[in-house]
Amino acid sequence: MAWVNAIVQGVLTGGLYALFACGLSLMFGVMKVVNLAHGDLAVVAGYVGVGVITVTNIPVLWSVVIVVPVMAVIGYFLQRTLIQSALNRGVLTTLIVTLGLSMVIENALLQFFTANSRGIGAGMTLVTGSFSLGSQVELPYLLLVIFAVAVAVLLGLQWFLSRSSYGRLVRAVADDQEAAQLSGADYRHVFGIAAALALGTVALGGMAYSMYSTLDPTAGTDTILLFAFVAVVIGGLGSLWGTLVGGIVLGIAQQIGAQINISDELLAGYLVFLLVLVLRPQGLVSRRAQS
Amino acid sequence: MTTPVKRDGEVGGGTPLLEARDLTVNHGQLRAVDAISLRVYPGEVYAMIGANGAGKSTLLRTIAGLHQPAAGAVLLDGQDLTRVRPERRARQGIALVPEGRRLFGSLSVEENLKVGTAYARKGPWTIDRVYETFTWMKDRRNQRTAQLSGGEQQTVAIGRALVANPRVLLLDELSLGLAPVIVQRIYGMLPQILATGLTVLLVEQDVSQALRVASRLQCLLEGRTTLEGTPADVTAEQVEAAYFGLTGAAAVLGEGSES
Repeated sequence: MAWVNAIVQGVLTGGLYALFACGLSLMFGVMKVVNLAHGDLAVVAGYVGVGVITVTNIPVLWSVVIVVPVMAVIGYFLQRTLIQSALNRGVLTTLIVTLGLSMVIENALLQFFTANSRGIGAGMTLVTGSFSLGSQVELPYLLLVIFAVAVAVLLGLQWFLSRSSYGRLVRAVADDQEAAQLSGADYRHVFGIAAALALGTVALGGMAYSMYSTLDPTAGTDTILLFAFVAVVIGGLGSLWGTLVGGIVLGIAQQIGAQINISDELLAGYLVFLLVLVLRPQGLVSRRAQS
Repeated sequence: MTTPVKRDGEVGGGTPLLEARDLTVNHGQLRAVDAISLRVYPGEVYAMIGANGAGKSTLLRTIAGLHQPAAGAVLLDGQDLTRVRPERRARQGIALVPEGRRLFGSLSVEENLKVGTAYARKGPWTIDRVYETFTWMKDRRNQRTAQLSGGEQQTVAIGRALVANPRVLLLDELSLGLAPVIVQRIYGMLPQILATGLTVLLVEQDVSQALRVASRLQCLLEGRTTLEGTPADVTAEQVEAAYFGLTGAAAVLGEGSES
């Protein structure tokens, strides 16, 4: 039963990892930008959440309603200014620029908020409560909620991209920027919207993580970005649902590793990552459109 | 096959709908387009002919805004658009059907057309009208464009430009990579398209097709104008000489200059 429980926990953590990963995948899919500051921006969202809750004393759920749009707006302007000007100089430049941004954010957080970790107290029932299935399988409320949010976010993104007229434009720009321009679409604006969505989703990830665990200034790169990368690669580059599949696979591997030996948790995750890279480098869910 | 489209009464009078003034475009060290001027009047079919590398595509792309000229100006209905971004020009009524079709590969036929309508002007063209004009398209509207033949893709690319209801339609090498029968069929559709009041500037290597539909033509060689006039004005020899750049040598080479 302990193993079943490990797998169940792994699946649920996969939802959190999908929230980390789907924005990274979206930005890569639309504008070929690998945003190395993605995880740090999630941490910023967590800190903004902590700040908003401390200052205004509003309920935790309401803080999400504030933080997500704020991060989306930051994402839009970051894309239209810093990242776009890097893109104009070539895709590789975006790697250097977002790496720089990541360092600036981490060190600014260290400077202003110290290296102490912080978290959002989401209320005792949500954080510690759980359903019990049988004697050993526990379904923590918080992870269930996060998983449900992740599925809802992915459904929403999928609906937006495949059904809405603006989503169609986003896909057109991802296919061929110049041809989209010839149809009147300003690809820079479309990129901005994609970045806004990416940061909105990772803000949810950062908030969720700060409730599930604690945040510190370096969590952005050493946890969130890393897990996001692994989930994206396992799931398949450019696939939205692949981020959930990849997140779940990573989560299960980590939980099983922890079950064997608590210090093997991270190692097991990366071993599965390597295994996927060797055996199925295109990812478990290969991209819808290959041609 | 088809009657040439001419609206002589409109040609030569009033403001040109599209004008290029002394356009010069550089690709790095190379001068791709050298001080080219052209005036396209409403209802006209203006053909730019020339061999590979003559600068035709660069000229069209510059008019559409995809290249910035080193000198000169692009005007639509008298309004200077030289510093206007390509997407703005598209919304103001310049639609380019680019070389190589450039359809959105992960989108279906209908989705490609819908992208064309996203910033469309008001006008006679709708997706339904495109389906009426190109009857095969409706049955295959949910297919990916990669599943279509080259000629079908070209038609979808034209449809995508038409539904934007442009004032000027720029056609870049419709014949490229297509079988002659298909090229004839596509050019055969032009009069029907033009009947909706479009103005066309087309670029073509296939001189015979261009001469058949054009009301006015200009021949480019290495970025410069070598011949200008109406199809009735110019002789086949003149076109040949202008196309290949054979001035004095034309007489000597004679038949040898056939491609």
